[in-house]
Amino acid sequence: MMPAMSMGFLPVALWTDVLLWLLVAAVAAYGWRCSRKPHLAAPWARVLRTRRAAVTCVVLSCYVLVALMDSVHFRPRLERQEPGTATAYAGHVWSLLDLAERHLYEHSEKTYSAPFATRLFSKELVELPDGSMEREYPRLRYGGAQLANEADRGADVAWRVLLALLGAAALWGAAGFACRPLVRRYPAVRWGVAWATLGAVLAVMAPLLALSNWYHVLGTDKVGQDVFYQTLKSIRTSLIIGTLTTLVLLPLGLGLGVMAGYFKGWVDDAIQYVYTTIHSIPGVLLIAAAVLMMQVYIDSHAALFPTTAQRADLRLLFLCAILGFTSWTGMARLLRGEALKLSELEFVQAAHAFGVAHRRVLLHHLAPNVAHIVIISVVMDFSSLVLAEAVLSYVGVGVDPSTTSFGTMINAARLEMAREPMVWWSLAAAFCFMFVLVLAANLFADAVRDGFDPRGRAS
Amino acid sequence: MLGYIVRRALYAIPILIGVNLITFTLFFVVNTPDDMARMQLGTKRVTPEAIELWKAERGYDKPLVWNARAPGAAKLTDTVFYRKSLRLFALDFGAAEDGRNIAAEIRKRMWPSLAIAVPVFLVGLLANVTFALLMAFFRATYLDFGGVVLCVAMMSISTLFYIIGGQYLVSKLLHLVPISGYDHGLAAAKFLVLPVVIGVLSGIGSGSRWYRTLFLEEMGKDYVRTARAKGLPETAVMFGHVLKNALIPILTGCVAVIPLLFMGSLLTESFFGIPGLGGYTIDAIQAQDFAVVRSMVFIGSVLYILGLLLTDISYTLVDPRIRLQ
Repeated sequence: MMPAMSMGFLPVALWTDVLLWLLVAAVAAYGWRCSRKPHLAAPWARVLRTRRAAVTCVVLSCYVLVALMDSVHFRPRLERQEPGTATAYAGHVWSLLDLAERHLYEHSEKTYSAPFATRLFSKELVELPDGSMEREYPRLRYGGAQLANEADRGADVAWRVLLALLGAAALWGAAGFACRPLVRRYPAVRWGVAWATLGAVLAVMAPLLALSNWYHVLGTDKVGQDVFYQTLKSIRTSLIIGTLTTLVLLPLGLGLGVMAGYFKGWVDDAIQYVYTTIHSIPGVLLIAAAVLMMQVYIDSHAALFPTTAQRADLRLLFLCAILGFTSWTGMARLLRGEALKLSELEFVQAAHAFGVAHRRVLLHHLAPNVAHIVIISVVMDFSSLVLAEAVLSYVGVGVDPSTTSFGTMINAARLEMAREPMVWWSLAAAFCFMFVLVLAANLFADAVRDGFDPRGRAS
Repeated sequence: MLGYIVRRALYAIPILIGVNLITFTLFFVVNTPDDMARMQLGTKRVTPEAIELWKAERGYDKPLVWNARAPGAAKLTDTVFYRKSLRLFALDFGAAEDGRNIAAEIRKRMWPSLAIAVPVFLVGLLANVTFALLMAFFRATYLDFGGVVLCVAMMSISTLFYIIGGQYLVSKLLHLVPISGYDHGLAAAKFLVLPVVIGVLSGIGSGSRWYRTLFLEEMGKDYVRTARAKGLPETAVMFGHVLKNALIPILTGCVAVIPLLFMGSLLTESFFGIPGLGGYTIDAIQAQDFAVVRSMVFIGSVLYILGLLLTDISYTLVDPRIRLQ
């Protein structure tokens, strides 16, 4: 049970939290820079003028919002304490999302229950009022517990949905009103489409969130945990994998790729050798080998990882690093080719003639001119990383089993397929949320590619 | 031509040595054999004798790269690096945790892997080209747009869902084929249909979308305009000119993956219980059988490099403009 929150808390900075927020800051700084430089803003303006981008931006922002809420961690102070002793904090690490959706975490049932169910999915021995024992489906502790009569469930759900929709409509209107200065400032962006998408998202999520107080809207899993809660928690894992991997991939791919194309000669040979070697090891196997070795390391240095959350967090970070290390080769090869071409052009030759140092040529002349390729490939990689996480977790070399992710959800649900009748809701929830995320990411990547690629612009 | 192939093949040697060094570092330097022994035997209540025995049984008790106590050449050969890493070049993989010979196991499991991977590759190629050609033929119509949307949607579904969904629909609801398993000879067909169909389906999204852009690129070229100007019907242009020329990048791109077909598919084989190399690898990963994983990493790299070599050769065969120097 959750202690009272008003008493104070101890902030906990997990590694992935820190890096994710740093990344957000970096993206914000880039955005600010773009808004002041017309030549940087132009491709983004082309991207945002498309309907695709407007729709996917709104959807992706919702995912990012959930992930960021889930990335502020703290340990609440324990309520009952002996006076005069040092302040004690709960051992469990909470996030803002847990705080906002506290009921989802606390309302755990005994085992499986279907979405909107009021009774458990399996029969149990229950004591009847007259003292006799009978096998039947017992009522849930939380799901629909407010109903005096279970037959009223339909009406109960209906008016709660109606209330939620009214609230969502008010929020929707308010959002539209709040965005008016932005609309006036950037008239080219498809605000109408974005607003409509926001309406659709609100229309789906508001009833789900409102009803999750009273029902298990997506059912519960084997240990009775709410599937909706797991789904929300999985979003952070997916986004961490999709974005933090960039932190490893980018310096390696950009630095080595551009250097190979610019310096040529033995530098080029050495870098080409390194990336061909790494690339020739099948990705999954290299990741598997690295993760196996990491497990051995964690097991033999257990003292370094005091809590489960920290261990799981470091494992997630390791996984990002390994994924980045195996996937920078593609970007390096692309950038090497581009740098080879660019270094023959007049402006680079002129820089040489003026005696500009190599470092400056690389940073000020080459890097800005390959930035569009970098942005396109980073955005395109995101969806494949999210998909890869699911597969790796299934293989057993993904995230820590205690981390909720789409991969671990699918993995657990796989065994439930064989049950009769089938437990389908975990799988369906993971499918829907993951599909929408990856689809939005894919469509956004397409829009970015069309906006940034000079070749595509002509057609 | 022969000189070119030999030179390309020689170029593969330093890469293989690099792969070998990477796997050696990963498996023996990052963690000592003692750590692995503790992992395998369980961290609690394990005696130093048990660890020594475990290491001795597997030959991990030797020095890593330099055996100072051995006489002569054995200083280099009587080491973990020589015995476990360099011996991979001679295709001597040693024994798995269960004591079986890995090389023999690979030879046996290669065939079920191929029985799935080859049909998936061929049918998939055919399906992707057909679908892409259809979209290119009806370019800039709603049919094309719908096709692209379908492709993007299919790309966004994890392979896991294709497999789980397919098994549920075809095997559990319709009872058309067994849910998993394998048999030898022709009896295997009924076990192979579903994995092959799912393999093709899960690849069709990204594959046909990619081929469509290749077709469209080809259709914008001058010779296609000339063909149209001559008054050729659109079908003749598509099949006689565009398809032939676009097949060059498609086929040469495919050559690279042919050797990797031996490795099979990790997911498909483990879900459908097919005793191939993919399933073998997954089992090894889950059982933390380092010897098998190390061997598979090495074989995978060898096959990949073979694929690169074949790609280079195929380029020179299909495109007369490429000259060998």
